Amino acid sequence: MKPFEYIPRDRGVHPPAYTPGYKTSVARSPRLPLLSLQNSLSEITGPTFGQGDLGPLDNDLIRNYAKTGDPVGERIVVHGRVLDENGRGVPHTLVEVWQANAGGRYRHVKDTYFAPIDPNFGGCGRVLTDEQGFYHFRTIKPGAYPWRNGVNDWRPAHIHVSVFGQAFVQRLITQMYFEGDPLIPRCPIAATIPDPKALERLIAPLDLNAAIPLDCLAYKFDIVLRGTRSTLFENRLEGN
Amino acid sequence: MPQTLDYLKESPSQTAGPYVHIGLAPGAAGFSIFERELGQDIAGPNAEGERIRVEGVVTDGTGAPVKDVLLEVWQADDEGRHPHPRDPRHAEVAEGFRGWGRIIPDFETGLWSFDTVKPGPVMGRHGRLMAPHITFWLVARGINIGLNTRLYFGDEEAANAADPVLGLIEQVHRRRTLIATREDREGRAVYRFDIRLQGEGETVFLDI
Repeated sequence: MKPFEYIPRDRGVHPPAYTPGYKTSVARSPRLPLLSLQNSLSEITGPTFGQGDLGPLDNDLIRNYAKTGDPVGERIVVHGRVLDENGRGVPHTLVEVWQANAGGRYRHVKDTYFAPIDPNFGGCGRVLTDEQGFYHFRTIKPGAYPWRNGVNDWRPAHIHVSVFGQAFVQRLITQMYFEGDPLIPRCPIAATIPDPKALERLIAPLDLNAAIPLDCLAYKFDIVLRGTRSTLFENRLEGN
Repeated sequence: MPQTLDYLKESPSQTAGPYVHIGLAPGAAGFSIFERELGQDIAGPNAEGERIRVEGVVTDGTGAPVKDVLLEVWQADDEGRHPHPRDPRHAEVAEGFRGWGRIIPDFETGLWSFDTVKPGPVMGRHGRLMAPHITFWLVARGINIGLNTRLYFGDEEAANAADPVLGLIEQVHRRRTLIATREDREGRAVYRFDIRLQGEGETVFLDI
């Protein structure tokens, strides 16, 4: 049996661990190099999820925490596809999202920003991709919010996105930004990504074709996970 | 110009931030929304093998506990089988064994723990058996891309000595950073596995 492997992570498209403009990274970044490991069974497998793990409203953030009515804010649909580096859709994989409300306030015991909590908005959702890797959810566009980094730093509007893929090596957490937001180029967290072209791949364009007239705008966000690589010849025999 | 390779590039990682619990563990964020939160039960009720607890603290470069870390673990069952179609023995895994868990520390102390079964050895590359281990993935505010590491068991000395991954760590004393120490507490094995992100005793992190 040929070893089944993933394309090694190109660390050049990802933020390095130590990015002093984002202050918390200074004491939370390893100083020693990572140990490179070729994939074994422990890496090419990973958890699997099914519809039975999810509830019917899990991908509808407008409804999944509604208590007395709809949440306040700009109604949007976010849709896209989870692909691998070979361009193939990643089917039946779990996508989880979380975000602040329209005013930039998170429903979290540790968030003390004075913008109010929205009683009808929880701020999290999850969805499984379909057979071709497509997913969609419905939500409220999040607001920008301030954070204690520089004295006047503000996060751009963003949605946190977590994806599993089909192997533990594909596990990824990232953030989706919105087209045209002037805070993106000023954000120390967005700036941890060294290549501006790579950052652009986290900015979701407005997608009027997917908007629902008189109801919701739409943004499109594709996510690329690591792909598998082919080894066409293998000189090293099993057991050697 | 040569032809171009048409591979896509992986989406860049970003930090999970301080409020990661909202999405991945809303109960810890302080509210209830999903009927069932994922990753709460790693082994399930039917798995064979020794029931163990694993606990530890993640510390930063100043020695302070990282209280807002979120850990995920992935492991084989007691016979070294993963519940995943790529494992040739996956059909033999006990029903309800997920092999995957999500762990949140205590927000005051930073201490985390989880219950599972001790995994068996897993077939590694080129037919070499790997010592029993649990794969860890850590995300938090200040961590730009999830950190991978492995937990090995202190009471598996012979297997650890032969493990092909531990053997790759050039500075032999650093291998200890991946080995959890066993303590028997009220008749049950508890393994202590502290993770040091930076500085003295820095844990070995993997590029997998």
